[in-house]
Amino acid sequence: MTITEVHAPNPAAGDADRPIGYGRIQRKEDPRFVRGKGHYVDDIVLPGMLHGAILRSPVAHARLVSIDTSRALAHPGVVAVITGQDLLGLKLAWAPTLSADVQAVLVTDKVRFQGQEVAFVIAEDRYAARDALELIDVDYDVLTPVIDARHALDPGAPVIRDEIEGRTDNHIFDWEAGNAAETDAVFASADVIVKQEIVYPRSHPAPMETCGAVADFEPIEGALTLYETSQAPHAHRTLFAIVSGIPEHKIRIVSPDIGGGFGNKVGIYPGYILAVVGSIVTGRPVKWVEDRSENLMSTSFARDYIMQGEIAATKEGKILALRTNVLADHGAFNATAQPTKYPAGFFHIFTGSYDLEAAHCKVTGVYTNKAPGGVAYACSFRVTEAVLLVERMVDILARKLEMDPAELRLKNLIKPEQFPYKNKTGWEYDSGNYERALRLSMEMAGYDELRREQKEKRARGELMGIGISFFTETVGAGPRKHMDIVGLGMADGAELRIHPTGKAVVRISVQSQGQGHETTFAQIVAEEIGIPPEDIDVVHGDTDQTPFGLGTYGSRSTPVSGAAVALVARKVREKAKFIAAAMLETRPEDLEWEKGRWFVKGDPSVGKTMAEIAMGAHGTVTLPEGIDGNLDAEVTYDPPNLTFPFGAYICVVDIDPGTGHVKVRRFIAVDDCGTRINPMIIEGQVHGGLTDGVGMALMQFIEFDESGNNLGGSFMDYLIPTAMEVPNWETGFTVTPSPHHPIGAKGVGESATVGSPPAILNAVVDALAPLGVTHMDMPCTPARVWAAMQGRATPPI
Amino acid sequence: MQISMTVNGDEITREIEPRVLLVHFIRDDLRLTGTHWGCDTSNCGTCVVLMDGVPVKSCTVLAAMADGRAITTVEGLASGTTLDPVQQGFMEEHGLQCGFCTPGMMLTARALLDQNPHPDDTEIREAISGQICRCTGYATIVRSVKWAADHPAVEEIAGEEVPA
Ligand code: FES
Ligand code: FES
Repeated sequence: MTITEVHAPNPAAGDADRPIGYGRIQRKEDPRFVRGKGHYVDDIVLPGMLHGAILRSPVAHARLVSIDTSRALAHPGVVAVITGQDLLGLKLAWAPTLSADVQAVLVTDKVRFQGQEVAFVIAEDRYAARDALELIDVDYDVLTPVIDARHALDPGAPVIRDEIEGRTDNHIFDWEAGNAAETDAVFASADVIVKQEIVYPRSHPAPMETCGAVADFEPIEGALTLYETSQAPHAHRTLFAIVSGIPEHKIRIVSPDIGGGFGNKVGIYPGYILAVVGSIVTGRPVKWVEDRSENLMSTSFARDYIMQGEIAATKEGKILALRTNVLADHGAFNATAQPTKYPAGFFHIFTGSYDLEAAHCKVTGVYTNKAPGGVAYACSFRVTEAVLLVERMVDILARKLEMDPAELRLKNLIKPEQFPYKNKTGWEYDSGNYERALRLSMEMAGYDELRREQKEKRARGELMGIGISFFTETVGAGPRKHMDIVGLGMADGAELRIHPTGKAVVRISVQSQGQGHETTFAQIVAEEIGIPPEDIDVVHGDTDQTPFGLGTYGSRSTPVSGAAVALVARKVREKAKFIAAAMLETRPEDLEWEKGRWFVKGDPSVGKTMAEIAMGAHGTVTLPEGIDGNLDAEVTYDPPNLTFPFGAYICVVDIDPGTGHVKVRRFIAVDDCGTRINPMIIEGQVHGGLTDGVGMALMQFIEFDESGNNLGGSFMDYLIPTAMEVPNWETGFTVTPSPHHPIGAKGVGESATVGSPPAILNAVVDALAPLGVTHMDMPCTPARVWAAMQGRATPPI
Repeated sequence: MQISMTVNGDEITREIEPRVLLVHFIRDDLRLTGTHWGCDTSNCGTCVVLMDGVPVKSCTVLAAMADGRAITTVEGLASGTTLDPVQQGFMEEHGLQCGFCTPGMMLTARALLDQNPHPDDTEIREAISGQICRCTGYATIVRSVKWAADHPAVEEIAGEEVPA
């Protein structure tokens, strides 16, 4: 299969390769990575550094009766062992989560999930620290766990959070959006209603680099330097100041090269806090890096939504309304990372890409004896769950109406002239041309031909499926007045300095985990001020060197920080005009801009380049009133609205009727992320997300047995796609710029992770249609597909 | 115990604990941190190095087992400032994002090309099938290896500075 890049031309969009700025250029970060000179947390070695290891609970729910660390302390090389009791003395046994709850740093009273942190050993080397874990004696009094979220609210269910005064159940929140009465009225008069329970099973982002930290507390200054795997270093600094009492100006967070994040590195984990405590207690730097099982069993999981979907339509196929009730399993502590007002993230974009008359959703969050976390894994704050719900429901409706699923979608997509489009749950979609994207994907796929092939194959008893998904994302959180995380408004800063010789440094508040910020952000500056990207350094990931901002997750870097960078560059360009005018002894209004240069209107030969202006600014030119002697600027960008990338995906699968094995034969992805800065990087992001989709749809699953044992705690059990499970991706794109974003960009990091699982699942169900299967839940492993083929499809929990 | 081996062409001799894994020996003792580790179960391949030219998962080899052998890590792929075509290919075809799986992927690719200078897509996919990349979706890695196969003798890489 060849790789196809198809471009639906849009003259309004800045997509063409240009001499400076946007277009396909090699990444600036690659030379160090290909030489093995990346600098990740575990590569850091400080003088006198010690190694920490965490003892974790083997059981899911138990009272901690006693803990004896004496044998561990006596082990050669062990420097200290910290328990929950020690932390109680320091008032650090519990730490606030990102969702107004608390989480135990080390167990003091009761274990609440398997893999929970029980004790922290600090030793001279990593082997000694691991050895000593075996020498800690813990006595647990095992309790009945709550594993199935469906029973978390049963009367008499064990109360997981009994440390909270007065708590008698496992209920966390109820949240709703849309209008229930209006929706009910539309349902009451609809010709056709279909219902389906859809489970989005628990998953884990599992970046290749696990989480870790090196803490270095310097007692004389009272200063902490913390190197950690963080997608949000500034937010972490503020939280560490609040939790530890170390003043914020004495804390420096450095997030070096990060080996993938996908949401896994947004939260603050007990291990980070323990490394800090360990450094304070021992007076030496302490490194803690988790192993893979620890990563899969204790850090932020994803999904775990049980959704009851209902869709109403006319018999001609006009979709009228959607409603859903969701049970959200949040694990033992409510530690999801989402804007404060939105306990279910942005799930209320479940109306998808369709023009509806009414919609309503209700989400109920519950505690269970599972690892905490919740909003993670490239989900754009629960848009992943929303898209699965709506795209499955539309497919199920198509089956019921005996309509082609592409035709049903084309009939109901929001039309280009309806933008900006207000949906029924309060979003204002910025821009879109949905039909064009869907038609392009169908053309690339050869949709009609595929359906003909399928017909022939069905006649021969072969199982071939074609699945479509059309998604609309909501990313780039967010306007400060609506969105904050633990009280911190979701804005981002950028600072740009042009040095006297015309080279530049731009400092940004977001942190790359592989997205290529050092390249794309340089390209944005280059495009705006006409200095080539190679002359612009991008500094990120160090709170001492960068302006405040909320970090990289929810596909927000380009929509928020990218806007900040464009605006700061425009500010510099404007300042340069005044300086150029002074240098040319003319008035600023008489100057005109071309890339990299201000010149006199009507006389292009008289002008000054950015490098000349930079030298002038720092030199002896007499500057106009109010203009400082530099060529620097700073900006904090507060987005007026979110951005709404979208896409049309088509997946073709073949299922082995003898084994239930699903083979993804083809995958066609058309994405529209507005203005495209570096098409190579965009394509890479899309490919990665599609692979995540294959994982979630077919393989990856964090499952538990009834005792609460995590059955997905290693890469032997939690299966990640390799090169053998994924096809050669076929990608295409359209360009519909965001009208409110300074450069029209919308963000793309999570689009494919959000959009691909329903396309694959719809293809699997379509393949199984001749056997009477109308729905099955992910993951579509051979065993589960086989069961569905026998009429025994069951939810994964 | 004492072990000796050649690492990226240099003879080294070290005193080690017999149980030390090769990945830890390379990272912690030799301070060659381009070799990564990513799992506890020999599944991910971020730790791949070449032992006598053959890819091995260095988390699954004791340092003691490498006694007397020749080890190549990512730091040994380039000769001086001249990158191996595989390294160049990964940059040309965007075969990496976070860079964590990249050293292992490139070493496997080098070993494949040494055996089979013109592999097809399936052969490349099979060669890297014991390794996981969470970022790229593999297609660009396949393209990168093909680029290297098509450019076997890159003499000079212009304008590349090795970052300190
Ligand atoms: S570290 Fe995962 S295979 Fe070696
Ligand atoms: S580039 Fe990130 S894991 Fe492969």
